[in-house]
Amino acid sequence: MINAGTGNEAVEATQTFTYPSPFRAFWSGFSANRGAVIGLAFMLLVLFCALFAPLLGLHDPIEQFRDASLLPPAWYLEGTWTYPLGTDEVGRDLLSRLCFGARVSLLVGLCAVLMSLIPGVALGLAAGFFPKVTGKLIMRAMDIMMALPALLLAVAIMSILGQGIINAMIAIAIVALPGYVRLVRASVSMELGRDYVIASRMNGAGLLRLMFLTVLPNCLAPLIVHATLSFSSAILEVAALGFLGFGVQPPTAEWGTMLAAARDYMDRAWWVVTLPGVTILLSVLAINLIGDGLRDTLDPKLKRVA
Amino acid sequence: MFWYFLKKLILVIPTFIGVSFASFALIHMMPGDPVEIMAGERGLDAAQHAEILKSLGLDLPMHVQYGHYLLSIFRLDLGNSLVTHEPVVNEFAKLFPATLELATAAMILAILFGLSAGIIAAVKRGSVFDHGVMSLSLAGYSMPIFWWGLMLIMYFSVYLGWTPVTGRISLDFDIMPHTGFMLVDSWLAEAADPAGNAGAFRDALRHLILPAVVLGTIPMAVIARMTRSSMLEVLGEEYVRTARARGLSPWRVIVIHALRNALIPVITVVGLQVGTLMGGAVMTETIFSWPGIGKWIIEAVGRRDYPVVQDGILIVATLVIVTNILVDVLYGVINPRIRHER
Repeated sequence: MINAGTGNEAVEATQTFTYPSPFRAFWSGFSANRGAVIGLAFMLLVLFCALFAPLLGLHDPIEQFRDASLLPPAWYLEGTWTYPLGTDEVGRDLLSRLCFGARVSLLVGLCAVLMSLIPGVALGLAAGFFPKVTGKLIMRAMDIMMALPALLLAVAIMSILGQGIINAMIAIAIVALPGYVRLVRASVSMELGRDYVIASRMNGAGLLRLMFLTVLPNCLAPLIVHATLSFSSAILEVAALGFLGFGVQPPTAEWGTMLAAARDYMDRAWWVVTLPGVTILLSVLAINLIGDGLRDTLDPKLKRVA
Repeated sequence: MFWYFLKKLILVIPTFIGVSFASFALIHMMPGDPVEIMAGERGLDAAQHAEILKSLGLDLPMHVQYGHYLLSIFRLDLGNSLVTHEPVVNEFAKLFPATLELATAAMILAILFGLSAGIIAAVKRGSVFDHGVMSLSLAGYSMPIFWWGLMLIMYFSVYLGWTPVTGRISLDFDIMPHTGFMLVDSWLAEAADPAGNAGAFRDALRHLILPAVVLGTIPMAVIARMTRSSMLEVLGEEYVRTARARGLSPWRVIVIHALRNALIPVITVVGLQVGTLMGGAVMTETIFSWPGIGKWIIEAVGRRDYPVVQDGILIVATLVIVTNILVDVLYGVINPRIRHER
């Protein structure tokens, strides 16, 4: 906490002004948004399951219990608490596969966000600071990437690179890149005309200092919001790639590939189709709720008329 | 207006060339040899292999191949599929109506329900209906549509048996592809042969409804959210208060005065959804075995059918670019401020 009343004895004696720390100010805004808090709680739960999946005493996600295939969840008559959410077509424990699947989705999502955030910020700053030639070239290239539908581009990239978890990250990161570049460039060109930037220039700030220490911190709010929302689309895209058979390879537990395999059994076993899908939906929904909450708190200008 | 349109069109040419380069580069970076794939199991000796490579022009240096490709685009003479040996343009023309029909149906559903839900939610702000629409649209926006499709199939097709699972029409109808749009063709077929094709139109409609709902879900959610927030903003304007003060009926104020201005951002959103729709079509068509271009391109990627993927991606990207220009122009038409600004 910053004590604002220092230096003036008389004022300090009667009243102490305290400003809330930035984090506390953020939290009081964020926690007022019920949806965002619920979303955050759910994502913490998913994160916990993902981080501690091996320690939770679950079955091995790829171990096949052949005599227990397509068992329903435990609350059914035929179900057992050995497999709380039932088993899939070759008798693998669904709960364990969902928890281990969360590791893949979160890891791919997180890495994909970082892998598009860093070059995205760099390109966006370059485009914003040098709008004449470099900026035009960069934005033209981004237009080209935007014209290709995201999923098709991701599929094409996956078939060039080959399947696998790292390649899925790269494909998703490339697809997300134009969004970051556009956002950063737009905020940078808005900030560049402000007085504080001119003042900093007059003080002799170098280009890198202007870019990263003067302008970038003022573009962070929309960037954080965008990164959150692109995290949720990354999770959707991992699952979509897995579903189409271009993603993470079986037998690795991954939500999209689980759905693809379960398609053939949906007339007999609703749980093998429903549960992975519900998990994807709830995770994406939770992240979107967090994103909305962040936007309302960090970037009141963008706040939707509520 | 015309010059404005022309300027937009000229600005797009470099983007278009870039897209053609991207699609060319993407497909040539893919591992795997198309000649081997054409030969299949038979196996070729080196001489035959070289000969086929030469006849396809795949032995030339890359920049020459790209030059040929660019020329062929401007002559509107794209390559032949390596698998079916049909011109890619013909295959595209045969399959595109299916995607267009699906996308149009999806968009009609999305606009119809999204727009009306958004308007009512804004007018009845804070009501149960408003909260319901907002929650549903948030869920719709987060929906993994491949799973959503499976769930709808599981409930409506497998459990209730209301709708068929795959394809565009049942095989027992004799439909002539006049237009390529199954709804129109089945209607024509029913009119021509009422006895033999009784119920063909209904059958086509039943095939269309689930895929259209699935494909329309995300645009519907986005449109509902956008309409609501844009309506709320406009409803707070002074001219709306003036219109009310003059004693106009509430619905007249909402529909005639407020909605017209509220639609401006909504139209942009609708335009942007076209790209999403093309991506969604890939998923939807795969799930419902809908014979459209999304499924076609995905299958061509698997077969390494170079020309089909290359030109398919190019055509889809061109569609997206053209729609964006149209949206831009439409934006100028409905919002004079923007037209004159530029």
